[in-house]
Amino acid sequence: MSVALWVVVPYIALTVFVVGHVWRWRVDQFGWTTRTTQVLESRLLRLGSPLFHLGAFAAIGGHVLGLLVPKSLTEAVGVDEHLYHLVSVSAGTVAGLMVVAGLGLLLARRFTSPRVRRTTTRADRVLFTVLAAVILLGMTATVGKNLLGGGYDYRATIAVWFRGVLTFRPDPGLMADVPLIFQLHALSAWALAAIWPFTRLVHVWSAPIAYLWRPYVVYRRRTPLGVRR
Amino acid sequence: MRVMAQVAMVMNLDKCIGCHTCSVTCKQTWTNRDGVEYVWFNNVETKPGVGYPKRYEDQERWHGGWELDRRGRLRLRAGGRGKRLLSLFANPNLPDLDDYYEPATYDYDTLINAPAGPHVPVIRPKSAITGRDMAITWGANWEDDLGGAPEHAPADPNLAAMVEKVRMEFDKTFMFHLPRICEHCLNPACVAACPSGAMYKREEDGIVLVDQDRCRGWRMCVSSCPYKKVYVNHKTGKAEKCTFCFPRIEAGQPTVCAETCVGRLRYIGLILYDADAVLDAARVADPRDLLEAQRRVFLDPDDPEVAAAARADGISEDWIEAARRSPIYRLAMRYRVALPLHPEYRTLPMVWYIPPLSPVLDAVTGMGADADDPDNVFHAITDLRIPLEYLASLFSAGDTGVVAGVLMKLSAMRSYMRARTLDGSVASDLLESAGMTAQDMEEMYRLLAVAKYDERYVVPAAHREDAAALSAQVDGCSLDGDGGPGMSGFHPAGVTGRRGDGRVGLKLFVGRGGAA
Repeated sequence: MSVALWVVVPYIALTVFVVGHVWRWRVDQFGWTTRTTQVLESRLLRLGSPLFHLGAFAAIGGHVLGLLVPKSLTEAVGVDEHLYHLVSVSAGTVAGLMVVAGLGLLLARRFTSPRVRRTTTRADRVLFTVLAAVILLGMTATVGKNLLGGGYDYRATIAVWFRGVLTFRPDPGLMADVPLIFQLHALSAWALAAIWPFTRLVHVWSAPIAYLWRPYVVYRRRTPLGVRR
Repeated sequence: MRVMAQVAMVMNLDKCIGCHTCSVTCKQTWTNRDGVEYVWFNNVETKPGVGYPKRYEDQERWHGGWELDRRGRLRLRAGGRGKRLLSLFANPNLPDLDDYYEPATYDYDTLINAPAGPHVPVIRPKSAITGRDMAITWGANWEDDLGGAPEHAPADPNLAAMVEKVRMEFDKTFMFHLPRICEHCLNPACVAACPSGAMYKREEDGIVLVDQDRCRGWRMCVSSCPYKKVYVNHKTGKAEKCTFCFPRIEAGQPTVCAETCVGRLRYIGLILYDADAVLDAARVADPRDLLEAQRRVFLDPDDPEVAAAARADGISEDWIEAARRSPIYRLAMRYRVALPLHPEYRTLPMVWYIPPLSPVLDAVTGMGADADDPDNVFHAITDLRIPLEYLASLFSAGDTGVVAGVLMKLSAMRSYMRARTLDGSVASDLLESAGMTAQDMEEMYRLLAVAKYDERYVVPAAHREDAAALSAQVDGCSLDGDGGPGMSGFHPAGVTGRRGDGRVGLKLFVGRGGAA
């Protein structure tokens, strides 16, 4: 059971994530978009979308810090457990609240604006459900365990297991005694990874950073040398 | 000097009767699909009026086009690159659907399915977006022929700069129609604003297009275009715009809007221009210098040096020859009667307009004078502040002298040809005042009044040696997917539909969109 949840599930999700992206990129450039609906409704989006996105950036940054950077490294540079806990819980709570508020507004908009509602696809519905689950479970873990509760040092267990998965040395034993709420959060995150390539979330990989140094006006020949197929 | 060719258009506004045939044929060709119900690549506005979308000319609100920063460098009016990337999450300058209008259809089935009864069944308008009952309160040509003008037209941004008493009287004074398509600018703000690099200007003919496979739906092009001629397809989530009917242009045919124009007021031809001079022209300090600056970018195809440079830059002989016969070059450069729309946006637009003389003639007649007497018209052009100020706000960044000069020429042409035809006399004083030779005057008359098809449209076909590559794209049109601009409506059942190019359009990811 433990192997199934903490070894098999992650690798299935990661495989779908990688293969799914390659497949979608090759097959569906036309569908690869943010699927913007701002022309249909902008009042709620104007508040909700920046909250959600900026909060999500912070949350993702926090997860990189918490999961990918080993505890030994932060301690080596003089960040002790107490300081880490303080920073991660406070910043994590703020980021989490932004994400929750943002997603709440965006979902409210989906329901209250008939125009936006009409453009919502099945893929959107699945995505919003899973995304909401991941976020709410994550918030419950952060606020419930680390802010109000005694705190849980996930860097000694979950982070080590997660890095193990990424380096193909998974140790399911590390996850055995992790609190249920963290377990559910992790599982829901794998579900999100598995549906990711089939949803509008693919627009994340198209973040237009290269725009910052591109020449303003783009010229293209009508008939490129070696026609693209 | 780097010579490039641009397919450009001129519209002779005196001839536009506002019949909307161009709009309708364009819509039938390009935007009769779900997701673009509200989109008109070609629309015809009545001026004065707020236009489509509402008040699109108010760049204080929409921040479209370019501006000069404090050091005189060109910058998109919406801000620097970083600022605009940060507003990707919610674009503060994006028009709402209601700024365009909510498209409607009718429940026509009611006419057929209603049970027999004493009354004629009534159909009700349904939103083409949500399918719900709706009240139709606005449209793309809501202000047609000044309909509702006393209520709405004072909001026209071009009237803002004019004096108070003008505003109150304008609907008695003048009115004209303004057909608009994408300007296919030399310095396109939409292309510059596209974060994905999906928008591009074609090197061969200057047509500005959106690569549907590379557009990621960041919608910056929509807000950055000061003419609001890039639109969001709300079904595909991608940008779409006027294509200058490039498949027809490549075949040597005029655009659909031009081909079907009842008034025969559109002209299509080539302009050779110096691509290296574009940016300097776009950043001259005084907006009133932009017109001349843009004219200096255009190259004279009869100049042997220009022709040699064009050849060196890979422009073929038949294209150079077409540029020599271009009606656009004649109207914009030789006769100098065509003017760009809102040059102050600094995009160097390439669809130009011959300002209408009819509002002045109407005013002269309205004052009880004879509009056929050139003296009356000349005085009216110099004395009437309306509509000159208004026309200047549209076509010359507020410089009434430029517009008056063009109207004088048009008026002189009328009187000159009248005298020539009636009693065979040559009114050399009119030639002098217009600064034209008799031959130029008669040729301009022929181009504007007789307006033969072959003279209005001088479109060289795309090259045969490119034909293999072009036809390779025919079976591989990336726009053929469900909801795409080339949507063929021919898809096998199932989750995926195989497109012409062997790629698969995923229906899974496309919303239901319209009510149809």
